[in-house]
Amino acid sequence: MIIKPKKGWQLVDFKELIEYRDLFYFLVARDIKVRYKQTVLGGLWAIIQPFFSMIVFTLFFGRLAKMPSDGIPYPVFNFSAMVAWTYFANAVTNSGNSLIINTNLISKVYFPRLIAPLTPILAGLLDFSIAFIVLIGMMFYFHIYPTIMILYLPLLVILMMLTASGVGMLLAALNAKYRDIRYTIPFLVQLWLFASPIVYPASMLPEKYRLIYALNPMVGVIEGFRSALLGTIAFPKQILLISTLISVILFISGMFYFKQTERYFADII
Amino acid sequence: MSEPIIKINNLSKCYRIGTKEKGYKTFREAIIDGVCAPFRNFKQLQRLTRFNNNGDNARSNDIIWALKDISCEIDEGEVLGIIGKNGAGKSTLLKILSRITEPTGGIIEINGRISSLLEVGTGFHPELTGRENIFLNGAILGMRKQEIKEKFDEIINFAEIEKFLDTPVKRYSSGMYVRLAFAVAAHLEPEVLLVDEVLAVGDIAFQKKCLGKMKDVARGGRTVLFVSHNIGAIRSLCNNAIWLDNGRIIKKGTTNEVVRDYEECQLKHLDELSYIVERNPEDVKHKSFYFSRVEILKRKGKEDKNTTIFKYNDKIVLIADFTGELAGNRFSPEFHIYNELGQLVSIAVSGAYHDKYFNKKVKKVRVEIGPLFLTSGEYRITLKIMTDIGRADTWENAIGFSIIECRPFKRGHNSYTINEGVCVLQQSFSEIE
Repeated sequence: MIIKPKKGWQLVDFKELIEYRDLFYFLVARDIKVRYKQTVLGGLWAIIQPFFSMIVFTLFFGRLAKMPSDGIPYPVFNFSAMVAWTYFANAVTNSGNSLIINTNLISKVYFPRLIAPLTPILAGLLDFSIAFIVLIGMMFYFHIYPTIMILYLPLLVILMMLTASGVGMLLAALNAKYRDIRYTIPFLVQLWLFASPIVYPASMLPEKYRLIYALNPMVGVIEGFRSALLGTIAFPKQILLISTLISVILFISGMFYFKQTERYFADII
Repeated sequence: MSEPIIKINNLSKCYRIGTKEKGYKTFREAIIDGVCAPFRNFKQLQRLTRFNNNGDNARSNDIIWALKDISCEIDEGEVLGIIGKNGAGKSTLLKILSRITEPTGGIIEINGRISSLLEVGTGFHPELTGRENIFLNGAILGMRKQEIKEKFDEIINFAEIEKFLDTPVKRYSSGMYVRLAFAVAAHLEPEVLLVDEVLAVGDIAFQKKCLGKMKDVARGGRTVLFVSHNIGAIRSLCNNAIWLDNGRIIKKGTTNEVVRDYEECQLKHLDELSYIVERNPEDVKHKSFYFSRVEILKRKGKEDKNTTIFKYNDKIVLIADFTGELAGNRFSPEFHIYNELGQLVSIAVSGAYHDKYFNKKVKKVRVEIGPLFLTSGEYRITLKIMTDIGRADTWENAIGFSIIECRPFKRGHNSYTINEGVCVLQQSFSEIE
């Protein structure tokens, strides 16, 4: 093994990542086990967070503002988005803060740094699954049944993870150096919530802006979810194409920026 | 001769340190500065990670070289001690070798699996149980899951925590915590092991056990790089040593040679420490009666000699000067002696202990303390003045001294000076049965 100053662009060493898969596994397990330790409600929090947001949104946007919901009862309409959104918001927040939270690890041992921001991406999937089961329950309650497009669901989940990890890696790397990011993340997440079709349907936007709207990858994810599960609209192929493209670009640039800057994490964190 | 297992060539590492910020003079300046701060902060943060090699570094004054052109080779099976003052670059060297941080220049070739132990219990999570933490910590130190499973029983035995295996470690006593942490680390089996000062944890009995474990590792033919301030530990573990100072290798050789030279230099350096200290006027701006100067001497026969170096059983003499107008009538000076860990070792107080108060006209006081039954190490003295109406002055860490030799007993500790505990008490042993 050779140690020397690295110059130029760094590629991801996948062989090394595989070597460290046990550590990856234990860190994900740690995140999951620790999350609801010493709470009374435990895993219920995974449901409560999106569920209560849904109730609030239903009251204000569904009842008071009479927001259209593509012909679906507003609670399901909103909750189908909240399930994906809660995952995304938590994953981005935790991933973006992952380096600062693990400062002691970063400065005391070596491991492929990419593991840190990727851990919350995987750990969040458990909460996502729990909330998803509740969504299925709600669909039964409202007699709504998924379309055949549900087969695309795994791809949508991957798209969601890809977007979250791309943004997460970028924020984590920036956060190591500029702590402003830590205070920016909550804003960013909140703005992003309203920039995504969560409280309103994408169909509210004029046709001509829809493709621009799709530059936000979460538009593809959420509209895809709704189409596959609730059958609100035809499967939004065009939107998803753009969203996927952007998401891949985000992921690759996030990863490159992270690799580029990881050399000095231990020195400045 | 076989290839060395580690080959270090012209290794350098520099850090950027913060430069002093200038104070504001006027309200306007403060406002303008507040507006400009984001731009300045941004520039500063950017500079943190930018080093260009075109000579700009040499000129800028906020750069320090933690390591400068280090070259050395380490053979397989070598147990190498690394000694040096604080800030000599020892830890930086280990951090680079373990790939935590990247060198600024130079190249290292390593032929083998490296594990580093810069701290015990890295990544321990307080909410997780002992069992879960063993796996997590093992993985963090670079062990495979299978490997940890195989050694699991051994680890628990070493740590002596069977009963608490399923208790969250946040409920552990600090001793148990450290034992568990070290137990995991002690069962690492890399080809090269880097250890940084981790033996300085736990109680003496456990430290001994750790040292024993380290010896086993060293004897097992593995290559070990061991950083420590504990010269005794270095002597007993390592066959070779290097001495770092200011990021450069001063000497490399057998442990005995290097340690001897290092200690000699330390002594020389210690005595150069001023045995007369004048008070910094900044300290006493708002005080009316205060210490202005203190001097430290050793009582030898009938005379006092200026020095900061003492041995066990020596007597210390302090002479303090006072300046200013005392508000009350009389005062009592206090001399607080602290050890390296910041523990208060002893106090000499004229008033409360001896009912001796000095008149406000007194300008110079002498105190004799000792014999010093202290173990070897560095000590600092804080001076205080107590008056009828309260505390008049506190001079933190005014002056220091060191006990370089603590061999109170004729036999036994021929080879090393005692540095365990705070003091050494008189003792005698006899057979009863």
